[in-house]
Amino acid sequence: MSGYMLRRALATLPVMTLVALFVFLLLRLSPGDPAAIIAGDMATPAQPEQIRELMGLNQPLYLQFFIWLGDLLRGDLGVSLISHTPVAGMIADRIGPTLSIALLTMLISVTVAIPMGILAAWRHRKLVDHLVMTFSVLGFSVPVFVTGYVFVLVFSLKLGWFPVQGFTPISAGLWSFLKTALLPALTLTTIYVALIARMTRANMLDVLGEDYIRTARAKGGSEMRVLFRHALKNAAVPILTVIGTGFALLIGGVVVTETVFNIPGIGRLTVDAILARDYPVIQAVILLTSFLYVLINLIIDLSYSLFDPRIRY
Amino acid sequence: MTEILKTLVEAAPPGRTRRIPQMGMTAKIALTILMVIVILTVIAPWIVPHDPLQMDPLARLKGPSLDHLLGTDNFGRDLLSRIMIGGRLSLMIGVATACVSVGLGLILGLVAGFFRRADAVIMRLMDALMAIPSILLAIALVALNGASVGSVIAAITLPEIPRVVRVVRAVILSAREEPYVEAAISLGSRTPLILFRHLLPNTLAPLIVQGTYILASAILAEAVLSFLGAGVSTETPTWGNIMAEGRMFFRIKPELILFPGLVLSLCILSVNLLGDAARDMLDPRLRKSAR
Amino acid sequence: MQFKSRSFDAAEIAVEIKGLEVATADAAGVRPVLHGIDLRIRKGETVCLVGESGSGKSVTSLAVMQLLPASLSVAAGQINLQGQNLRALAPGQMRALRAARVAMIFQEPMTALNPVLRVGDQIAEVLAIHTALSASQRRRRVLSILEQVHLPDVERISRSYPHQLSGGQRQRIMIAMALVLEPVLLIADEPTTALDVTTQKQILSLIDELQQKYGTAVLFITHDMGVVAEIADTVHVMRHGQMVEHGAVRPLLSAPRQDYTRHLLAAVPSLAPRPARSASENIVLRVEGLSKSYGRTGDRRTYAVKDVGFTLSRGRTVGIVGESGSGKSTLARCIMRLIAPSAGQIDLMGTDIATLSPKAFRPHRRKLQVVFQDPMRSLNPRWTIGDCLVEGPVNYGSSRGDALKEAARMIEIVGLPRDALNRYPHMFSGGQRQRIAIARAVMMKPDVLIADEAVSALDVSVQAQVLQLFDDLQAELGLGILFITHDLRVAAQICDEVLVMKQGEAVEYGAAAKVLGAPEHAYTRALIEAAPGRGWDFRNFRPLPLRLQAGGADDQ
Repeated sequence: MSGYMLRRALATLPVMTLVALFVFLLLRLSPGDPAAIIAGDMATPAQPEQIRELMGLNQPLYLQFFIWLGDLLRGDLGVSLISHTPVAGMIADRIGPTLSIALLTMLISVTVAIPMGILAAWRHRKLVDHLVMTFSVLGFSVPVFVTGYVFVLVFSLKLGWFPVQGFTPISAGLWSFLKTALLPALTLTTIYVALIARMTRANMLDVLGEDYIRTARAKGGSEMRVLFRHALKNAAVPILTVIGTGFALLIGGVVVTETVFNIPGIGRLTVDAILARDYPVIQAVILLTSFLYVLINLIIDLSYSLFDPRIRY
Repeated sequence: MTEILKTLVEAAPPGRTRRIPQMGMTAKIALTILMVIVILTVIAPWIVPHDPLQMDPLARLKGPSLDHLLGTDNFGRDLLSRIMIGGRLSLMIGVATACVSVGLGLILGLVAGFFRRADAVIMRLMDALMAIPSILLAIALVALNGASVGSVIAAITLPEIPRVVRVVRAVILSAREEPYVEAAISLGSRTPLILFRHLLPNTLAPLIVQGTYILASAILAEAVLSFLGAGVSTETPTWGNIMAEGRMFFRIKPELILFPGLVLSLCILSVNLLGDAARDMLDPRLRKSAR
Repeated sequence: MQFKSRSFDAAEIAVEIKGLEVATADAAGVRPVLHGIDLRIRKGETVCLVGESGSGKSVTSLAVMQLLPASLSVAAGQINLQGQNLRALAPGQMRALRAARVAMIFQEPMTALNPVLRVGDQIAEVLAIHTALSASQRRRRVLSILEQVHLPDVERISRSYPHQLSGGQRQRIMIAMALVLEPVLLIADEPTTALDVTTQKQILSLIDELQQKYGTAVLFITHDMGVVAEIADTVHVMRHGQMVEHGAVRPLLSAPRQDYTRHLLAAVPSLAPRPARSASENIVLRVEGLSKSYGRTGDRRTYAVKDVGFTLSRGRTVGIVGESGSGKSTLARCIMRLIAPSAGQIDLMGTDIATLSPKAFRPHRRKLQVVFQDPMRSLNPRWTIGDCLVEGPVNYGSSRGDALKEAARMIEIVGLPRDALNRYPHMFSGGQRQRIAIARAVMMKPDVLIADEAVSALDVSVQAQVLQLFDDLQAELGLGILFITHDLRVAAQICDEVLVMKQGEAVEYGAAAKVLGAPEHAYTRALIEAAPGRGWDFRNFRPLPLRLQAGGADDQ
């Protein structure tokens, strides 16, 4: 068991290394001199040379990569070109709002989407099914920021239930946190629910066609028993998988939502960094979210065996 | 369950054993909406009521009127004309992304599915690519390479490729286990024949479905990139940067986001619904039940 | 052959089906699937429902359970369980009856058991639904029923998941689950079809034993006449959703009244080996010491095939017989070079092809052709029949025109019309597709034809026709046929020589008459003894004369 977990964890190393290499090359191989890009338009002719020296850009590419990787492993994510403060610290300051909204979104989505998907599969081709499918295709089709603005328009500007913008951390009290975080979370929920509900429905439909479901009915089990005890556990693995892979989608959504609601999180940090061409920050954010993605999916992979005994370690 | 299916087939009148897929009502409506949007944007240069770039300082942020059906933006430009013209680039980016990612994904997927040695390398690369949140990757690519149409297409395409590769690879891996492929081997068929005439046709249906979904998500991604300020330069209107420009005036005039947002959503919705319809019509599992 | 000849006239009627009609409704209108079925089963009686695929046997059984798929519904008729009309019950009342008074077991125990729940819990669930027993009482009942179905180490088994058990054990679990509440009626839908013949025998006798113990009425659905002869009190024959004929087992098998029943019985191959044909010295395929192993060298190595050898001459048929996992298909795939053998020689027309490189093997490939088991999947669904047939010859340099001319000739030889060449595989039945697959193989003018379970997926009447086609083509073209099958009846009918495999090794090899008539190895004897209905000559409606009986005259 633990041997397998170790091997599975080690198997993420190549992927993480590839991600790091990719992010490294992103800046180094893009057209133009990285030093000149970093120095910016207002640079004096001497500045690029200084930067090159400072960042070790005169070294061979592979050596640069390993130096950079070494810094990464020591937790050194570089220094912002704009604020000249360590990137790690900047991220640490901003991660709270982002994580709390992402977790709130995940929580709401999973509680809502899985029952929705089950219901839709159970009442296949009935009204409920059509409603769920309509909601889910809308969730994929309406851009997050449009949903966000519509929510602001209706719930904040017209009804006055929530503040239009801003963020209060959870340390300032659950209620004030929810007042600022609920609307962004609900905005993000639309995509995530769409994704999970759709996957749940599709897999429940597959499973409900299986022989053992007929056996469960032949035992005289109630529909609740058939759906939850027999079907859901069998459909769990792909649903878990999509919750994990959907994390990438969620991160994209957070970036946009933070802009709409003006929340000082990683998303705002990224957008500001892009507008200012602050490359170390962009690099660090991409690396961090990718590693988080790999980590979440590793945990989900390892949890499969809780649901399916055929997956053995 | 197969026994039940056979019984149903026995009971079916002759000649109706294979259902001809029918397009549902939803799909027909979706197709109509999409056609209207596509035609209007294609012929937009000839029918727009105003020059979409023509500024009018006297008519800033006006509400709908007979002259400006959807009102004007902060520079006094006609919103309707801008939306119509803006659709051209948005749709073009979407179609280009779908074609390029399906094309590249198909090649990589075929190689990964058929040649075991290449498989591990390609799939690890795809895993890494999938681990990077696509919007962030696209933002970074555009930020580094400049905001040209080409770099936006490249930036949106790259994160879509793994999805295609996975679909193609899965189809090839399962198709190569089919007895008709082993039969072809024992009939002395060479690798290219098996790859292109036995295996490749299996990928067509899933690729149509996947391509449709990618088209939808690419149009969406373009809008998001523009909205975040990492899209095509604002001199050329796209649905995304019309909305991006409207952000500052959202409290005064939400229509600047809502109208383009509505058109964009309708367009993506139609494409997604067509994707669902295509999947329902082409899914071999559904066809099996009618066989 | 000993049939059951018990009388149940005095016994209580367990279930009575009267005028049962089931219909399917879709966009094209309402179509009947069952046309007025009548059936009566008394307590303790075993009624066999036989018919070919699509005859409506399973629909009948699911209608009794009221578990028909949504596309089907009961249109008319009565289903009375001990006088109570099931059709009048509310869904909740029907649920309370399932497993408690009517229980069902299915064909494929692997898919019928929930893969993610422990089997003990799955049995206990029946008790939890229908009784007020406490958890510990339920546990005791589960262990007790597991002992009654003769499972070893019941504590461990009850904690196992389905994938950790063998096919036979899984079916025992299903039986335990069905009988734990001692229902009035047990419906068994092809419960032994997915099992090996020796396991089948054990499961059949287990059902018999428990039926006698509890006086259960059994509705046994099967396509296998051998099983019918073995277990039935009464037989009902179905075709196209109609009841063709019914009656006590002996009169029905010895004097069938209807043509269809007669036709069905006549198609059952006899277990008596075919008369020996003159031996030929013209050897086309000689296999020696063939092995296929997996894993590392040394002790950790596992053998799928170990040291197998045989000789195949022109115009003769060698049968490879064995149960699932015996390595017979691996052997075939090695010979076809779809997988590489680990050791041994495969001498095809004087060349050892075992070690040839793929490139060097290619010219020899056409001498060795194959017909696969599943006719639904062995033809590319996107290609016309014509394209399928010319693929091979074109690969070996024929022009497409010549090949098409030959295909037109060949398609008629296998009994299909010439215009079949322009059609697609889905337009043909399973038997027709198998004929097409045979035509495709023979188009290559091979010396050796490998038939890998080539008739196993076919209904018995279609199977008889396809076997005849193999025989005819062999006589005409002098093919050497390597016939791989799990079915001793088929082997007896078509093979000159038989090689019996068990766990990758050849346990017995020799003339069919000798191997099947006077087997030396205990395993061969066990296989033959497990063959259901082996004492009856179905096609002649009489007992098989003792001297012709497979396995010798050591019983009866």
